Amino acid sequence: MASPKYFYSIAGTLIPWIGSACLLLTLAGLYYGLLVAPADYQQGDSYRIMFVHVPAAWMSLFIYMVMAVAGAIGLIWRIKLAEVIAISSAPIGASFTFLALITGSIWGKPMWGTWWVWDARLTSELILLFLYLGIIALYNAIEDKRTAARATSILAIVGVVNIPIIHYSVEWWNTLHQGPTVTKFDAPSIDISMLIPLLLMAGAFKLFYAFVLLMRARCEVLNRERNTQWVKKLAGIS
Amino acid sequence: MNTASIPRAFSALLKRDLTLAFRHRAEIANPLLFFVLITALFPLGIGPDPAILKEVGPGIIWVAALLAALLSLDSVFRSDFEDGTLEQIMMSPHPLSLLMLAKVMAHWLTSGLPLLIVAPLLGLFLGLSGVEIKTLLLTLVLGTPILSLVGAIGVALTVGLRSGGMILSLLVLPLYIPVLIFSAGAVNASGAGLTISGHLSLLTALLILAISLSPAAIASSLRVSLN
Amino acid sequence: MTFSEFIHMGGYGFYVWTSYALTLIVLLANILSPIFLKRKVLKDITTKAQRATRLQQ
Repeated sequence: MASPKYFYSIAGTLIPWIGSACLLLTLAGLYYGLLVAPADYQQGDSYRIMFVHVPAAWMSLFIYMVMAVAGAIGLIWRIKLAEVIAISSAPIGASFTFLALITGSIWGKPMWGTWWVWDARLTSELILLFLYLGIIALYNAIEDKRTAARATSILAIVGVVNIPIIHYSVEWWNTLHQGPTVTKFDAPSIDISMLIPLLLMAGAFKLFYAFVLLMRARCEVLNRERNTQWVKKLAGIS
Repeated sequence: MNTASIPRAFSALLKRDLTLAFRHRAEIANPLLFFVLITALFPLGIGPDPAILKEVGPGIIWVAALLAALLSLDSVFRSDFEDGTLEQIMMSPHPLSLLMLAKVMAHWLTSGLPLLIVAPLLGLFLGLSGVEIKTLLLTLVLGTPILSLVGAIGVALTVGLRSGGMILSLLVLPLYIPVLIFSAGAVNASGAGLTISGHLSLLTALLILAISLSPAAIASSLRVSLN
Repeated sequence: MTFSEFIHMGGYGFYVWTSYALTLIVLLANILSPIFLKRKVLKDITTKAQRATRLQQ
């Protein structure tokens, strides 16, 4: 069932559905976030950056965990599909990390008066970006892709240590960055009119990840299975 | 192999690596000289203002230590890889992770420990106070083993690659950053008269984590790299 | 709110719209990248196959 060929066709049918659902959620999220939700008491309208910044940051952590878990599965049980999922996730995760950092920086300028500050959360998010880039670099440096997948899985697992540091950094250290308002074991301390678009955008970003992950994974499958009959037929040669 | 022979295998490998390093003891000097040179470059670049040097001193010394560690890491597996000894070690009946611990320990004794001896001198160069130098040594004692352990994972992943050295830095430096932050932070805090127990506990936690988990990671990485 | 208020975002217009623009760019890049990659992989496969048949002849 986890055969690459089967995955390729299943993913192919799923992609348009996931893409459409993603688009719908995004439009809904943008509508509620930019038009319906009121201006913030303290931050005015600038807080609306939150609706892209926070989901991007959540995705940067979520994707890393998916990558590490898929990598571990691929390492332990030698499942090709798990390896494909892991390495396809890396560039997507890196771009969300980059987006989180840059939108955070832009939001920080009017709020904190500075484009950057070396506090715990920003620094560990930056380290996360470096980890993603290191994984991509290592994968590209190793010729044999199965070896490359195993090596990067180990690296990804070693880097998991960073994830709890990012999440809890705002609690452990007094930082400039806002404390957790949603992902804590308590009722969210955010107004419902702002929570709804935030959750909509978070859902939209998750669907987006699935959408582009499947596209990327299909490419990786084609690349790895290039010597098989079904790929040759697909490419138009026999 | 029985469990009684494991400690003997460990100490045999440790002794072997130390003997080999001793025979090339001039090479031990290289990362050490690098450490001193890098630290010396900063006053030349920033200017000799003692107030500024004292301020950035701890960070500079620690960054120099990171870079020196990175430079010395290549020697952990290089010669053994090139003459086939590494594959022999991997075929040994003894647990590979324990043997890796022996190799890393030898590496630390020949590259991390010398830094400790030279560091107080560098502290004096940059005008660090006595308290700061003491804290610096403490952080180096806790931190340099972490650098050797975590760095060895990176070397194990890249040992067979052509561009290994460059990629090694990319992989390992992000993992070094927490050590840098806590160590330099501790030294700066001690200079300002603040408590350093938090920094030291975090460093100790990282060290314990590294000692318990790195050897297995190094062993897995080697198995992947050498197929 | 009116359209100009929408653009102005209470004075923070530059920051808000730059952020959303960057988001759009990143998302688009993530969509286009696999599309181009797939084309490249398929082209690569056919080129190598053609080269192989040419060598055999």
